[in-house]
Amino acid sequence: MLKDRLKSLLLGGKLAGDAPLVQSTPGSAASPSSTSLGAVEPSFLYSRHSHGLDQFFGQIQDQRGLLILDCAGASQANVGFITSLGHRLYSVDFLRTLDETFGDASGDTLPRQSEPQLIGSFLAQNLDFPEAHFDGLLVWDALEFLGQPLLKRVTDRFFRILKPGAHLLAFFHAEEKATVVPVYSYRISDAKTLALTPRGARKPVQLFNNRGIERLFHQFHSVKFFLARDHLREVIVTR
Amino acid sequence: MWKKKEEEIMPKPATTPPSSAQLAREGIPMSTLPTRGPESEAPRGTALIGKSIVVKGQIYSREDLYVDGEVDGTLELQEHRLTIGPHGKVQAGIKAREVVIIGAVHGNIEAADKIDIRKDAKLVGDIRTSRIVIEDGAYFKGSIDISKPEVSKVAAPPRPPAVAAAAPTAPAAPSAPRQQTLAGNPADPNR
Repeated sequence: MLKDRLKSLLLGGKLAGDAPLVQSTPGSAASPSSTSLGAVEPSFLYSRHSHGLDQFFGQIQDQRGLLILDCAGASQANVGFITSLGHRLYSVDFLRTLDETFGDASGDTLPRQSEPQLIGSFLAQNLDFPEAHFDGLLVWDALEFLGQPLLKRVTDRFFRILKPGAHLLAFFHAEEKATVVPVYSYRISDAKTLALTPRGARKPVQLFNNRGIERLFHQFHSVKFFLARDHLREVIVTR
Repeated sequence: MWKKKEEEIMPKPATTPPSSAQLAREGIPMSTLPTRGPESEAPRGTALIGKSIVVKGQIYSREDLYVDGEVDGTLELQEHRLTIGPHGKVQAGIKAREVVIIGAVHGNIEAADKIDIRKDAKLVGDIRTSRIVIEDGAYFKGSIDISKPEVSKVAAPPRPPAVAAAAPTAPAAPSAPRQQTLAGNPADPNR
C-alpha cells in the first residue's frame, strides 16, 4: 500500500511536466531509491522542457532501428523511451569510467588525463566502436570534466563513430566562473521533457563559452545552441 | 515392566528429527547457503551455486538457478529464471527466460522475457530481451536490443498433440506408434 502511494506520488510528479522542485533528497525516506520499488525511478529535482532534446528526437522521430549511444550510464527512463521508439541503445558511463581510469574526482586528476596510456584505456572502455556506427549520441554534461588532451581525443572519436548527418546532444554550464558545478542524471520523460536527478557536485576541468564550444566541435558540420533557464547550454551538434 | 526394558534398549535420539525445512535444504544441489539478507538468498527449490563454488564450462539447467559463486563459460536455462546473487561473478554468455542480476556479469545476455539489473549490479555485455528493468546505481555497459515477443508465440502457443487428437489425419498416423515405442510398448518383443 505504501509502495502504491509512493508510486502514485512519483508518477504524479512526473506528469506535472515543467513543475519545478517536485522532489525529495536522495536517500530520504521518501526517496524510492531507498525502497524496493524496483522499476520506479528515484526522486528527481525537477523536470523541464528541453529544446536540445526536442531537436535531437525531432530529427529521428520518423525512423526506427537506429543506434543511439548514451554516455551517462543506463537509466530506466532513457532505456524505456529510446527502445520504445524502436531504436537500439548502447550505454556507457563516462563519469564513472573517468573516475576509475584517472582517479577520483575529489583529487587532481588533470595531470593523469594527459597520460597517453590512460587516455587509450578510457577510449577503449567507452568509445571503441567502428567508424560511422551511431545515428545519435547523448553526451549530456560529461565533456566539462575532461582535460584538454583527453577531450580532443574524445571529440575526434565522436566524429569518427557518428554517421554523417547524425546528431550529438551535449550540455555545458553557462556560468563560466563556477568552480564546482552540479552533476545531474538526465532522464528523458518524453521527446521534449527532461527530468534532472542530482548526482552531487563536481569540479569542472574547463568551462566553455559559445566560442569555445564551436572550437571544440570545429570538425563537425554545425553547432546549435539553446540556453535553458537553469543556466545550461544545450548544444546540438551535427556530424 | 516390559515397557521399561524397551525404553532401556531403545536409545533416545540424540537430536530431534530434521524439520521439513532442513530436509528441503538437503535437497538443494551444490549448496553453500548464503548468510546475507533476504535478497541474497535463493528462493527455496531453486538450484544454487554457492559463493565458494567456481564453475568453468557449460551449464544447462531445466530449473531456476541462483549463482552466487563464479561461473566462466556459458549458462543456458531456456525456460527458467537465472539469478546472479550479490557475490556472483559470471563471465559467460547467458540464455534464459528471465535474468536477475545483483552481482557482476561479463557477457552477452539473451532473455526471452525480462532482464532485471539491480542497483549494485555490474553488467558489461550486450542485452537482447523483451523487457528490461534497470535500478538506479546499476553499472551497465553494452547495447540494449528490445525484441518484442512474436505474436504467434504469445497469443497462440502451438499445441500439436491436441490438434492431432481432435482431427486424426494421415500425417498424424505415423507418429502414433513412435510415441508408443518411446513410452514403452508392452507389445514390443524387444522389451
